[in-house]
Amino acid sequence: MSAMTMTEKILAKHAGKSGVVPGDNIWVETDILMTHDVCGPGTIGIFKQHFGKDAKVWDREKVVIIPDHYIFTADKMANRNVDILRQFVAEQNIKYFYDVGTPKYKGVCHIALPEEGHTRPGEVLFGTDSHTCTAGAFGEFATGIGNTDAGFVMGTGKLWVKVPPTMRFVFHGKLPPYLMAKDLILSVIGDIGCDGATYKAMEFDGDGVYALNIEERMTLCNMVIEAGGKNGVIAPDEVTLAYVRARNASKKAFTVVKSDAGAKFVFEKVYDVTKLEPVIAKPHSPDNRAYVSEVKGEKLDRAYIGSCTGGKMTDFLAAAKILKGRSVKIDTFVVPATSEIAQGLKTTQLNGQSLEDVFLSAGAKIGQPSCAACLGGPSDTFGRLNTPLSCISTTNRNYPGRMGHKEARVFLASPLTVAASAVTGTIADPRDCLQ
Amino acid sequence: MQKLISGKAYVLGDNIDTDQIIPAQYLTFNPAIPEEYKMFGKYTLSSVPPAQAGLPKGHIPFHTNDEFVSDYKIILAGKNFGCGSSREHAPIALDAAGIEAVVAEFYARIFFRNAVNGGYLIPFESIDRLCERVCTGDELQIDVVKSTLTNKSTGEVWKLKPLGEVAPIIEAGGVFNYARQVGMLKI
Repeated sequence: MSAMTMTEKILAKHAGKSGVVPGDNIWVETDILMTHDVCGPGTIGIFKQHFGKDAKVWDREKVVIIPDHYIFTADKMANRNVDILRQFVAEQNIKYFYDVGTPKYKGVCHIALPEEGHTRPGEVLFGTDSHTCTAGAFGEFATGIGNTDAGFVMGTGKLWVKVPPTMRFVFHGKLPPYLMAKDLILSVIGDIGCDGATYKAMEFDGDGVYALNIEERMTLCNMVIEAGGKNGVIAPDEVTLAYVRARNASKKAFTVVKSDAGAKFVFEKVYDVTKLEPVIAKPHSPDNRAYVSEVKGEKLDRAYIGSCTGGKMTDFLAAAKILKGRSVKIDTFVVPATSEIAQGLKTTQLNGQSLEDVFLSAGAKIGQPSCAACLGGPSDTFGRLNTPLSCISTTNRNYPGRMGHKEARVFLASPLTVAASAVTGTIADPRDCLQ
Repeated sequence: MQKLISGKAYVLGDNIDTDQIIPAQYLTFNPAIPEEYKMFGKYTLSSVPPAQAGLPKGHIPFHTNDEFVSDYKIILAGKNFGCGSSREHAPIALDAAGIEAVVAEFYARIFFRNAVNGGYLIPFESIDRLCERVCTGDELQIDVVKSTLTNKSTGEVWKLKPLGEVAPIIEAGGVFNYARQVGMLKI
């Protein structure tokens, strides 16, 4: 068999084949199926419709259910949906369920999955959420699917997949202190466009990637969907393995898979990260890229730091570096992705002050761990744009209406740029705030 | 499978994402419950900015006589239709509003899979950029077998890309029936 990319190798192995080529349609075995409160009820409906009301899921230890979207709301329908999940978990005896209002509650599924040890190199992860691609940072094939596909997986453990060709992005150099993984991925999306990777895998490599911690690698993979990518992937190194071994929920064995020498890529694009500048995506598309220096001074109403892509410890540590000892000039919302990160804000210190204290002292508001206003949600959602405001955000999408009001303007940027803008009241360059 | 799909066109531009197709605040309805499935139709395309709604003029409401079902039967759009989230509520909302087919230059992957695997509507790909040549309200007819689109209002006929490898799934009515046909599913 000819040389394969790591995405091809993982898919081939899960289809019981010695080799695959891009374009092959294959049935693959699933290692983990994840669903949440927004798509879980519909998935359960499809599962029961086709497999029968008394049917059992194919493997009660491989279905992971993480309510995270509409959690801290008075919306009756949203709360009803969590009840549907509870009932299903009880009836199916699902092993991994992170229920609201219990000590097991986590928050945003894409961060909860690795924290709770459900991401392992070489595996196939399907989730009913487009940002499931985040888990590619652990060297696995991870992609988002709809309710019908998820209902099919629930009953069979299998799904048909079209093998994607792989684009390769190589980063060289050590990130300067004013740049983050968000600047890298917004640069890539700006270069290839929000449809540039449609139906394709995006593989990240190079010493610039391996110099990033695991959370920053997750930020890279998280936003491949914003370029239309099917999955993003980074081959595991010792950093990955140390994280996975410390968390691996089921102690399940896993295999590290890397692209073969001589594997075919659609193209290879090389970046020198030391030459990049802070990047922003202007309204209303993640590929509407500008350098922060070009739009500096544009007036803002709100800043938002949170979500699967911008609400991790690394994101808050970066924001705190700028917010410490300063005051925000616009409403600033901080939403930790998970309960573990929320706890981390209390216990992690920056020069003798907890991050929580840094944010509160600066005048920011801190919400409870969930997806919150990243995707708008019910009208009482923390931080939601209920009026046509201008907001700078660490989240991943800025299409019309994404964070609530369809005439709101959303700018996407790194936590450093968002924090600098929060204390300035206009779009600001983190280089002007970092000493 | 229907051989001909006929009806009025509703024209949209590029990158119509799933938040514009069905805003997140309405995802609390459960599509597995028929009365709630119907509700999606009421909010279909409700986050498309008015200037881009119903091209080329814009500011054309998608719903006219009925608050749940639109008079339009075919969406005509540009590039990357259905980008964004994995929510199956997007093709469901279009289906609930009475849309039988979308014709776009190409689709975001998950929307395309959801439309095909769930059997909600047929996602055709155009060869030409038709969203700048068809007007909202034009009477269209799609010949599913011949892969052609006729604008009955102007007499123009365009070739569409063949449905290709997903044709058997569309013909079967979705992934479950298809899997039964190919022996993957024994129920």
